[in-house]
Amino acid sequence: MSAAANAPAIRLVNLTLGYDRRPAVHHLEGEIAPGEGLAVCGPNGAGKSTLLKALAGLLTPLGGDIHFSGLSPRAVAYLPQVVDIDRAFPINVRDFVAMGALARVGLFRALNAGEQVRVGAAIETVGLVGFESRTLETLSGGQMQRALFARLIVQDQPVILLDEPFGAIDAATIDDLLALIARWRAEGRTVVAVLHELDIVRRAFPRTLLLARECIFWGDTRDALCEKNLVRARAMSEAFDERARECLRDEFDAEDRLHVH
Amino acid sequence: MSLTPKIACMFTDVFVTPFADYEFMRRALVGSLALALSGAPLGVFLILRRMSLAGDALSHAILPGAAVGYLVAGLSLPAMTFGGLFAGLVVALAAGAASRFTTLREDASLAAFYLVSLALGVTLVSLRGSNVDLLHVLFGSVVGLDDAALLLLVGVSTVTLILLAVFYRALVLDTLDPLFLRQTSPFGEFTPFLFLALVVLNLVAGFHALGTLMAVGVMMLPAAAARLWTRDLAIALPLAAAIGALCCYGGLVFSNETSAPTGPAIILAAGVVYFFSMIFGRAGGVLRLKRPRRHLEG
Repeated sequence: MSAAANAPAIRLVNLTLGYDRRPAVHHLEGEIAPGEGLAVCGPNGAGKSTLLKALAGLLTPLGGDIHFSGLSPRAVAYLPQVVDIDRAFPINVRDFVAMGALARVGLFRALNAGEQVRVGAAIETVGLVGFESRTLETLSGGQMQRALFARLIVQDQPVILLDEPFGAIDAATIDDLLALIARWRAEGRTVVAVLHELDIVRRAFPRTLLLARECIFWGDTRDALCEKNLVRARAMSEAFDERARECLRDEFDAEDRLHVH
Repeated sequence: MSLTPKIACMFTDVFVTPFADYEFMRRALVGSLALALSGAPLGVFLILRRMSLAGDALSHAILPGAAVGYLVAGLSLPAMTFGGLFAGLVVALAAGAASRFTTLREDASLAAFYLVSLALGVTLVSLRGSNVDLLHVLFGSVVGLDDAALLLLVGVSTVTLILLAVFYRALVLDTLDPLFLRQTSPFGEFTPFLFLALVVLNLVAGFHALGTLMAVGVMMLPAAAARLWTRDLAIALPLAAAIGALCCYGGLVFSNETSAPTGPAIILAAGVVYFFSMIFGRAGGVLRLKRPRRHLEG
């Protein structure tokens, strides 16, 4: 697969994300190496989904920056947590999976033979052969998730973002999808996934970012998920401070630097 | 004279003669057909996007623009068309912007804008002119279409069908999974506005024939009926257009026979088809849901 070879390094520089001036992720700093498998863990409201949304280019940072070295920020395939798909929409599985080719085919050209082969292969990989002509509303939750993964395969991007891909999915399906994620990593793609199931994280993701609105720990999974870190993450306050003042940390940092020099 | 030719003769009298004899009936037929062919497919997308009432709101929003055109230039086609187009697009854009930049959702901001717009329109129309003029703007005059109005209707219909064909994939993707389109294609942000612009364009063209209030009926009723017969979008779109065309023809014949006003007659015909589909429709009609066929083996 062509796009996989040159996954970019993604660098987060003093990244602050949020909505309406309220930060959901505060001053995050770090780097995701090409081909890395990174799990993002943390309690509800920790800013995990917000981080993924920003990586997908759908949310402008309140402060700081996301650098993609070497590739355009659109070279990202993104599976949101709550997929805003109208399941009653009259479209069959084959056409739905073929949506993944949009970035290459564009809005106006026909799907060529190569793309159709790719779509067929993706459907086979996720085990939905025989479902091609069924409409989305006839799929079960697990089958829908398989169809979404097939679309990710067709997108063929070097960076893949998954937001809680295993919610309400049975063990067999999880095993199949984990095998697929392992294959993506073997092909050199970067996979960043928000996950709650810590055993899956330990099984399939070598690196973990433990997030609780701020970075609790970013490193090897075994170190990240130790009891001490998890307790710290759980202690995070989820509620907004109604009278929060402006965050001046950037200015203080600048002053510190001035004092040092 | 035997019975069969007599019935055939009656048939011709009712269904063919009015169009053969009177030019205004032919014009009405062409104008309303053009409207139905482009409006009904737009209606299918409105329903899929859960914006069935947005068409209604926009049709009200057009009124003050048309009224200003009327105040300035009297019953002038270009003035009223431009006024209506302008007002419709402003309300569509403003509602879209308001829902993005304020906490109100799109339906609430659309409702707010169209209500203000409608009140403004009725005020403007009644400032000058009689109730007859207001009735013309509200209910149109499909049997009074001149060359310019016909050209406008047919032109808008052509442009709409071409743009629908060209941007079909974008529209489908934006309806099915807007986030995916926005993330993948730079065109994603632009698609909803293109769609609303097409809706406004058709409503503005439609108000000359059917009036602002009735134009939306030719859009929604055939589309809703078509959705009750098929789950396949590629069939629903032409089917809706065909139902719309049939209703226009039926409405004109009915109005000619009973001298009922033409606009409402066309919408009532569409209403009849809709209620029929609701009962007998194969994809979601009452009878099919109440008495499903036997389940399959596997």
